[in-house]
Amino acid sequence: MTAQTSPVSSIDLISPDSRARIDDSIAKYPPERKQAAVMAALLIVQEQNGGWLSTELMDAVAEYLEMPPIAVYEVATFYTLYDLEPVGRHKVYVCTNIACMLCGCQVIVDHLQKKLGIELGETTADRKFTIKEAECLAACGGAPMFMVDGVYYENLTPAKVDEILDSLE
Amino acid sequence: MTTKPQPKTAEPPPSDLIAIEINGRSMQARKGSMVIQVADAAGIYIPRFCYHHKLSIVANCRMCLVEIERAPKPMPACATPVAAGMKVFTHSEAARYSQKAVMEFLLINHPLDCPICDQGGECPLQDLALGYGKDVSRYAENKRVVADLDIGPLIATDMTRCIHCTRCVRFGQEIAGIMELGATGRGEHMEIGTFIERSVSSELSGNVIDLCPVGALTSKPFRFTARAWELISHDAVSPHDCVGSNLNVQVRGRRVMRVLPRENEAINECWLSDRDRYSYEAVNSDERLQVPMIRINDRWTEVDWSTALEFAASGLARVIDQHGADQLGALAAPGSTLEEFYLLQKLMRSLGSGNVDHRLRQVDFSDDDVAPVYPWLGQSIADLENLEAVLLVGSYLRKDQPILGHRVRKAQLQGAQVMAINPVDYDFTYKLAHAVITNPLEMVKSLARVAKALSARKPGILAQKPEWFSALEPNPAERAIAEVLAGKDRSGVLLGNYAASHPQAAVIRVLAELVAEAADATLGQLAEGNGVGGWLGGCVPHRGPAGTAALSGRTTQAMIDEPRRGFVVLGAEPELDCLDGAGARRAMEAAEFVVMLAVFKPSSATTRALEYADVLLPLAPFTETEGTFVNCEGRAQSFANATRPLGEARPGWKILRVLGNHLGQSGFDYVSIDDVRAELDRGQIAPSGRLKHRALAQRLSGERPALARITEVPLYAVDSCVRRAPGLQRTTDNPPPPVRMNARQIEALGLDDAQQVTVRAGEGEATLPLLVDPRVPDGCVWVPGGYPQTFALAPHGATSVIKAAGA
Ligand code: SF4
Ligand code: FES
Ligand code: FES
Repeated sequence: MTAQTSPVSSIDLISPDSRARIDDSIAKYPPERKQAAVMAALLIVQEQNGGWLSTELMDAVAEYLEMPPIAVYEVATFYTLYDLEPVGRHKVYVCTNIACMLCGCQVIVDHLQKKLGIELGETTADRKFTIKEAECLAACGGAPMFMVDGVYYENLTPAKVDEILDSLE
Repeated sequence: MTTKPQPKTAEPPPSDLIAIEINGRSMQARKGSMVIQVADAAGIYIPRFCYHHKLSIVANCRMCLVEIERAPKPMPACATPVAAGMKVFTHSEAARYSQKAVMEFLLINHPLDCPICDQGGECPLQDLALGYGKDVSRYAENKRVVADLDIGPLIATDMTRCIHCTRCVRFGQEIAGIMELGATGRGEHMEIGTFIERSVSSELSGNVIDLCPVGALTSKPFRFTARAWELISHDAVSPHDCVGSNLNVQVRGRRVMRVLPRENEAINECWLSDRDRYSYEAVNSDERLQVPMIRINDRWTEVDWSTALEFAASGLARVIDQHGADQLGALAAPGSTLEEFYLLQKLMRSLGSGNVDHRLRQVDFSDDDVAPVYPWLGQSIADLENLEAVLLVGSYLRKDQPILGHRVRKAQLQGAQVMAINPVDYDFTYKLAHAVITNPLEMVKSLARVAKALSARKPGILAQKPEWFSALEPNPAERAIAEVLAGKDRSGVLLGNYAASHPQAAVIRVLAELVAEAADATLGQLAEGNGVGGWLGGCVPHRGPAGTAALSGRTTQAMIDEPRRGFVVLGAEPELDCLDGAGARRAMEAAEFVVMLAVFKPSSATTRALEYADVLLPLAPFTETEGTFVNCEGRAQSFANATRPLGEARPGWKILRVLGNHLGQSGFDYVSIDDVRAELDRGQIAPSGRLKHRALAQRLSGERPALARITEVPLYAVDSCVRRAPGLQRTTDNPPPPVRMNARQIEALGLDDAQQVTVRAGEGEATLPLLVDPRVPDGCVWVPGGYPQTFALAPHGATSVIKAAGA
């Protein structure tokens, strides 16, 4: 192949299905503001990619939304809901913010770490779980809490944690 | 959060003014302005890091907190609009308390490494820490550390020092027009950078160094070489484009250590192109010619000045004796000073030859007689930003004249429609409203079709050559261009570097004038370097200084086509500075005697000057000579030398003066450069963009070759100085010269798998890497000029490309 002047387009990394979903988000904003769909687009391609975003995928989103790649990296690195490295099949976000802390989230964190044999921010060797520390997830009334694959579980105890995690594939 | 920078407007009407008080002083302030702006105008200093008068307001450093009467908490002066009766205190106890508190926070993560930081001594953080910081830090915990990525050869990064003011990020978004730096991560983990390792590619990138209030972004070439307080700053002017950006050339001892912008709102504002900022590296290069040299029997010997000048004078005199003065020719680099241009043509003409030219990259000279006194921008540089419609013809404005590119971008941000008729779909930092991207020949026709589309408004414009236009039918893009140009009150047509070097440049100029006239638009021409000075100094073959009548002679092209027996070359490297490099070499080789005034020693890798030149006279570059550059507005800017010439080098005006004496010419007895200036001064010359009359003599277009070469001289190949500036040479804007074609064209030529190709144009041949470039139109091959690898190729016309043997 003859070399290119510009980096090869990475837009094809976005699947047709993801594209259709991104287009739905884009449609919610005025045409000249399609960059507003960046958060949704990142989530969609993250899902497509098994829960994490590669630089190439972020570049693809940038190209698709006609944004500078760095502006996409800014968004992807700012929010904890994006992962930039491969993750487990299930993402567990444990809240350690003030209300959860006062209600004993440390017990939950310790239990999780011991049970799975990994630290916060790590993934189990069998790629089943990733555990992450989260700031307040706005469920303080049910502290301590965590979120697994987008589902909130409140008033946690170690036993309840076992039950929840064991029920997952 | 982000607000647009305030557009400057004229004096506000009184109804727009309100009365406020700062530190007990009452003053008038424009409604909607921010406290910091009013304070700045009144000379009251409020500390700040993130606020910059050319950038949007984000108020994220909080250093500018002030006390405002009746406000419940301290307010950021940069983001607090004035209100009638507002009382602001910038130095009260409460204000100082807040400012000191912010400083303490800022210093928590800032490494106290001033002794090894290049910013030390000119660091706003260091300065403000002196005024607002504590002498001992209460912070005993670990500081954060940020890993650095390499962002290219011009800017050094130490991101651990960054205080997250985001000036550099906003610069990219708002001024450079390409966002390359950003803020990734958040909270304590936020980092400013490129995220992935890549060189920044903006032609204005160096400005972030000036903007960065700490030592996070510093100049790579200048790094660790000097302290700010050791430097003496000299006012200077840049020779590399027709803008004449104002420079501070900073010198330690006799060495130029760095170049910074000198603020001039009318020209470069507070910005500088990378080319102007880093070209100084070349004046310190080992390649400088420091001693006069002469060649006898093919041996070069270093000699003293009087020997060299005597040798040069007698060689030139011999040519005149044997062949007549008309056999002498002179070529001057477009970056020469006005005084040098003037003296060179005076010398040549007093010897009896009118063969002088500085337009080394022009090939069509057929409108010389009707040309205006000098190529004029058609308006002031500042007025470019008020245009509502701009048509660029043969111009990569962004890269060729970065500062003008910035002005036009400002216009575009305010809603102007920028359009182009170009041979390449150049990468502008905004979307073109309409564009015709086509082969060189078709460009001319396209412009003619725009004229035709406009002829409904002014039928007269076609009157002179109806047969030119009769067969033309404007396409939708051309109609749209015509409509926008005619529909806006303030529109302009700009002819760029490519237009000037086009084989039918004269036709383009006539057509552009017709278009401008019909659309009531300004018409601007962009010359290379100090080209305006070349015209005004009389360094053109058909006119003397300031357009006066003078002994006429041959143009650059004519001197190449009918080689002269003797040449004087001022500051140019003929192979690389002439568009027809191969022709220039042939002419030099055919000459019996060649005198070169050169800043750099010719390198046998790039030119054959060591074989064809007979005398090399060491010439002082722009930092070492006094002189005058006249920019595209017609603004003459005189400057003194920033430092003494290196070695035995001498300012060009002095060399030419003494050469005149040695050749026995009268009128070369100047004592100072002021005498030269007084003599060449013709008073105010009214600028005009218009041709004296329009001669549409030629055919509209010639035969289109199957494959046409597009020759463009990229921004870091334009003159001998930038070609030797190592930082600029390593940027992404200056890759090894490739051959570029679009994929269709590559396929049509059966080159799909080729990495290396052999190009033939004219009598020249070159083997170069092939790149797919969708920006190049069908039927064209883009090969840059100004490089030793490509000069042998004919700049225009039929070209062939085949797979390189063995590749
Ligand atoms: S690098 Fe400098 S200019 Fe950029 S955000 Fe940091 S401190 Fe500000
Ligand atoms: S603090 Fe844990 S959910 Fe709010
Ligand atoms: S200068 Fe006002 S907040 Fe930074």
